[in-house]
Amino acid sequence: MQKERVMRAAFFMAALASVVSVALICVFLLYQGLPTLFEIGPLQFLLGRKWQPAALYSEPSFGILPMILGSIYVTGGAIALGVPIGLWTAVFMARMCPKALYRVLKPAVNLMAGVPSVIYGFFGMMFLVPMIFGFLGERFDMVSGSTMLTASVLLGVMILPTVISIAETNLRAVPPELYEGAVALGASHERAVFKVVLPAARSGVMAAIVLGVGRAIGETMAVRMVAGNQTALRMPYEFLKGVRTMTTNIVMEMNYVEYGSLHEGALIATGVVLFVFILLINLLFSTLNKGREKA
Amino acid sequence: MKIWRRKKPMDWLRFLLVWGAGIFTLFILAYLVGFILIRGVPHIKPSLFSPVYTVDNQSLFPALVTTLIMVGMTLLIAVPFGICTAVYLVEYAKRGSRPVRVIRMTAETLAGIPSIVFGLFGYIFFANLLGWRRSILAGCFTLAIMILPLIMRTTEESLKSIPDSYREGSFALGAGRLRTVFRVILPSAMPGIFAGVILAVGRIVGETAALVYTLGNVIKMPENLFSQGRTLALHVYQLAVEGHHVDEAYATAVILLAVVVGINTLSAAAERRVIRQLR
Repeated sequence: MQKERVMRAAFFMAALASVVSVALICVFLLYQGLPTLFEIGPLQFLLGRKWQPAALYSEPSFGILPMILGSIYVTGGAIALGVPIGLWTAVFMARMCPKALYRVLKPAVNLMAGVPSVIYGFFGMMFLVPMIFGFLGERFDMVSGSTMLTASVLLGVMILPTVISIAETNLRAVPPELYEGAVALGASHERAVFKVVLPAARSGVMAAIVLGVGRAIGETMAVRMVAGNQTALRMPYEFLKGVRTMTTNIVMEMNYVEYGSLHEGALIATGVVLFVFILLINLLFSTLNKGREKA
Repeated sequence: MKIWRRKKPMDWLRFLLVWGAGIFTLFILAYLVGFILIRGVPHIKPSLFSPVYTVDNQSLFPALVTTLIMVGMTLLIAVPFGICTAVYLVEYAKRGSRPVRVIRMTAETLAGIPSIVFGLFGYIFFANLLGWRRSILAGCFTLAIMILPLIMRTTEESLKSIPDSYREGSFALGAGRLRTVFRVILPSAMPGIFAGVILAVGRIVGETAALVYTLGNVIKMPENLFSQGRTLALHVYQLAVEGHHVDEAYATAVILLAVVVGINTLSAAAERRVIRQLR
């Protein structure tokens, strides 16, 4: 039938939309970012410690090491805070929670995933920043409450729904025989859950963490509103000072760059580096998923 | 309950940790929502909805209109592509064939890309290369790419949940594949697709990073598809960062939050309908 064949082709063409989109994104980011990367020099760009796009009396300098480290610190902090709480909440929801409470908690986690990042950012700006400054400001001689720590705390909260829902699904997928066996051998409920069920869901838990990392490293607006955004190179122990991430570097300066300038290229190249980070994380995620499917 | 006697100190610690984490998660959300509501609701005034934005009156009306246009246009672009992709993957393609694998992989990649990268791409491609500048059109296309994997995945799942007996019944009555898709499969998959679309609306309404450099950040009533604009989320962002109109920022945040809660409730209701239907 002619019509059937035409429509089949049409569905196939439509299905190529995502392929075309990814191809376009890769091509144009690289096309605009790579020339600048090589003009600056890949090593100077990636390992340069100074970001000074519009220097008045000296050569402009484009080094994004502070931002790469900034992204890593802030994400690390978010994982350190968000993953334990997220995992325990997932364990709670999957194995311990009374039904009535579950009926509140589940929609709450869904809602948390739906709250826009500006709202988290605004909340962070109005609540977390003054709170952290109030608690630690005088003791540690801080300039403001917009710090690496603030951004980590906020991101830790923002990745909760991602970590919780993936981990919960995977905890529920663990065969009940494992739990029952542990209890039959004399383990308490908690011991069975922590020592048998949780390890059995290991790869799923890892997937939840990796997805949380992806969410944290890509977050822009909320971080921009609470992290202080200074371009100075920070060390991990300087967590009470402001920091700038790759994402915020782009969003802070894109507004006033000259079209076609080296500065614009450097911001796009920052996006390329971020993109590479994300691709690596995605790769890790799908390898973990494959491993789980085999198991 | 004998099993309680088995608990050792370590178990009590685990018990406390797990309960504590659950309560903490709930508390955080309640605190955030309460914080915004308490500070925002008193500042919701009729003047916030006046059609004209002035320096003295930070009306959110133009942003509201722009948001609605953005939602409508973005869905118009993304939903047909998303649904057709899912139909192709579930109803037509051989499972596990090469095109299917490639499409799946790219969709997964798209789902993982952070919104600022979409924004950067939209700025390079739609705004500069195609010459649309920062406009509603450029913003819509950027967001359409962003929500495509979401629509795809939810549609695919709801197509997969339709029992094969539906398809077989339709074929047995002499319908072709095409007629089966449009007359049998899609209508029964509607609630699931709808739930996915609603989730996508939530993404669009809440998006900021992908829009700053594609939609622009100018507050005015949109005149045509090439006008710059500002959605509600961008409006909250701008008011908050500028810091001159914090009260209005809270009030706008309340409206935004209300929209998001409404969307979530709607999507959950649609999902419940799917589950009931499957029984």
